[in-house]
Amino acid sequence: MATITALPTAKVPGGSFLIEGCPPESTFTPEDFTEQHNLIAQTAEEFVLNEIIPNIEKMEHKEPFLLRELVKKAGDLGLSAVDTPEAYGGLQMDKVTSAIIADRLARYAGFSATWGAHTCIGTLPIVYFGTEEQKKKYLPGLASGQMVGAYALSESSSASDALNCRARAELSPDGKHYILNGEKMWITNAGFADLFTVFAKVNGEKFTAFLIERSFPGFSIGAEEHKMGIRGSSTCPLILTDCKVPVENVLGEIGKGHHIAFNVLNVGRFKLGAGCVGSARYCIELSIAYAKQRKAFGKVIADFGLIREKLANMAVGIFTGEAMAYRTVGMMDAAIAGLGESYVTDMPAVRKVIDEYAIECSILKVWGSELVDFVVDEMVQIYGGYGFVEEYPAELAYRDSRVNRIFEGTNEINRLVITGFLLKRAMSGQLPLMPAIKKLMDEVLSGAAADDEGDDSFVEERKLVASAKKIGLFAAGIASQKYMQAIQDQQEIMAAIADMVIETYAMESAVLRAQKLAARNGEAESKLAIAMTRVYLAGAIERIESNARKVIAAVAEGDMLRTQMAVVRRLGKHEPFNTVGLRQDIAQRVIEAGKYVIA
Amino acid sequence: MKILVCMKQVPQKDAPLKLNESGTWIREDVSYEVNEPDAYALEEALRQKEKHGGEVVVITSGPARAQQVLREALAKGADRAIHLEDAAFVGLDALNTARAFAAAIKDEQFDLIFTGLQSDDYGYAQTGVVLAELLGWPHATIIMQIEKNEGGIRVKRELEAGFFQFVDMPLPAVLTIQSGINKLRYATLIGIKQAKNKPLRKVSMSEVQSALSANLQTIERLYVPQKTKQTQFLEGPASEVAKKLVDKLRNEVRVL
Repeated sequence: MATITALPTAKVPGGSFLIEGCPPESTFTPEDFTEQHNLIAQTAEEFVLNEIIPNIEKMEHKEPFLLRELVKKAGDLGLSAVDTPEAYGGLQMDKVTSAIIADRLARYAGFSATWGAHTCIGTLPIVYFGTEEQKKKYLPGLASGQMVGAYALSESSSASDALNCRARAELSPDGKHYILNGEKMWITNAGFADLFTVFAKVNGEKFTAFLIERSFPGFSIGAEEHKMGIRGSSTCPLILTDCKVPVENVLGEIGKGHHIAFNVLNVGRFKLGAGCVGSARYCIELSIAYAKQRKAFGKVIADFGLIREKLANMAVGIFTGEAMAYRTVGMMDAAIAGLGESYVTDMPAVRKVIDEYAIECSILKVWGSELVDFVVDEMVQIYGGYGFVEEYPAELAYRDSRVNRIFEGTNEINRLVITGFLLKRAMSGQLPLMPAIKKLMDEVLSGAAADDEGDDSFVEERKLVASAKKIGLFAAGIASQKYMQAIQDQQEIMAAIADMVIETYAMESAVLRAQKLAARNGEAESKLAIAMTRVYLAGAIERIESNARKVIAAVAEGDMLRTQMAVVRRLGKHEPFNTVGLRQDIAQRVIEAGKYVIA
Repeated sequence: MKILVCMKQVPQKDAPLKLNESGTWIREDVSYEVNEPDAYALEEALRQKEKHGGEVVVITSGPARAQQVLREALAKGADRAIHLEDAAFVGLDALNTARAFAAAIKDEQFDLIFTGLQSDDYGYAQTGVVLAELLGWPHATIIMQIEKNEGGIRVKRELEAGFFQFVDMPLPAVLTIQSGINKLRYATLIGIKQAKNKPLRKVSMSEVQSALSANLQTIERLYVPQKTKQTQFLEGPASEVAKKLVDKLRNEVRVL
């Protein structure tokens, strides 16, 4: 039997968090992991501990065959079969499980990038778009790790604008093959992968995906790139010289390659987001261990406020990131569970569910990659001089982290995706964003209406989330009034709106998680989670206000500008939390525990 | 061979421990894991089953959380599980724990019962041995290797100073297994998925109550050792410091 674990909750429309409240009970959090989830997390952790960590040095120096062997070992445990249907040798488990594995394998990025490319962008195009024959032929091997997958979209002159690719495909005179010519760049796993999903334009026009086996005539691999980070992974160009691809290896429809290219990236993004949180969790552990033994001025540096502040900030980020990542996959699982038994066979329907959460997936990607970049930067700082030399782990973590902001869609592209998708959904009526903006504008003009405050101790926190939503909607409303459809060309405005959206999602996810924890374990036992939530909220609301001011200053002037700024000030009004004290408490606890903990 | 493996859920090795309010044990809010020697006992049972066929059954006692240990064992390949489910089982001494186990399996016929050598929390190393006595079976401890032979089994025991002892034993028997005698397997995802559908029998406290009596061994008080070391700096010229030092060693510490 296939397995889907989801909280009993109705499907939540993607992006709706901006305009609707969300009850904590129906929000999935890491505290809702089932026994099965915990066992899978444990298997992934043990695999990393026993098979990956002892081999890091060898992988960094690209010991031949090792990486491939480890992909196979991960496959033997079932770690690569989670998203593949049972009918094709997979396990077809829930998206929470997918995220848990991505999260736990992320300790060493050289391997997790390899595994991610294989299981995600290397396998899913066939899961979601393959014909019956293609699935039967390739999926069992990919799921077991016998076969390694890769995904080839970027070229030297087109990456973010992948649809401008130059690789071409022409039908052979006998109609049996497509003849492909061109090159592809920065292809993860290229050095040893067996199967490549390659994008090329049929007759130079119709953007199409092809499944290319390594052994196909005319297919060759270029030299390994010398990379800043993830050196354990293989990254090479592909060269297609009259490469003969049988017509039955066209994936999806001719001219519809963009559906595949973009859909698959959504999955890549939520897993990447979860992986970034996992890496950050590992980095804080190392940072704490170092800070507890390094002495300066006669005491360990973990006793100093400025070091403690860094550790606290890391923990706050991890708490929030976990809340966001598992909330998102929980929503996906709830929606997939809503498909009933048909989710087993109806892959287009599953794909649509994931598409529904494209905004959330992009949020996770951007936020997660920026979290881990922040964490590794602070880690280097805590290690000081030792952080700058190769003998200590901070240097590797620092280099490995950077690519997360580049691949799976740069963070810039993803910011445009977030605002662009929101506007698209608003225009098409899927998301009642415009009525919400109008209601807010009316409310602002007539003086703020009283919110439902509730009587628990999360009133302040919920108020801040409500303020965040209002400020974001207000600024987005003003900008869309000014630019109308042409807002798409205002990248700085689009990105500022995206940042407000991202922060809102992060704030709300943290609050929901803390509320749920407090409801379960009592407030006294949830003190740490509440402290982490408050610290996050305090910073986020300021970043949101600052982005709102930036947008408004760009679109309004004179009296209007002053009035609107006053509105933002009013909407953002709140009592400040004592974040110095809260961070001290958080740091104290994680230092004691020697790792990130939530209680 | 039909093998029973007794397993225990213990606090994680690196978990920071807090004392409970009565100061008799630790607080429940800690992370737990499988007792390490028990994991090796399970692995050995699975290997014996792979070699000789049969069945591996796992048993544990403790509150609902302890079930995780059984699920993990089922995911690794055990066939079924028995859970003596009650928080009160945690406070039993080795004799009562063994009595509870014996009562829970009275209708079963096992060829072998494995326990880990000892638990990582109480560290009694008694439950297996006492269980053998209650059942009237032979037992051997600190087992490093098990070979099936004509009349029963030949086991290798670890003695001190690098010595080993080989013992031939009849079946049924109880063995307490040493850590590190084999290489532990992973719970695969397919195993984890299948574990959900394997039988797990729950046994309540009332079902075994009549076999138990008051604990013979109780923990009166548990406490964190107080740090008593104090450092004193003796100041002044070397000759005076030496005098003060001799005085302290003679009159305060009384070692001279």
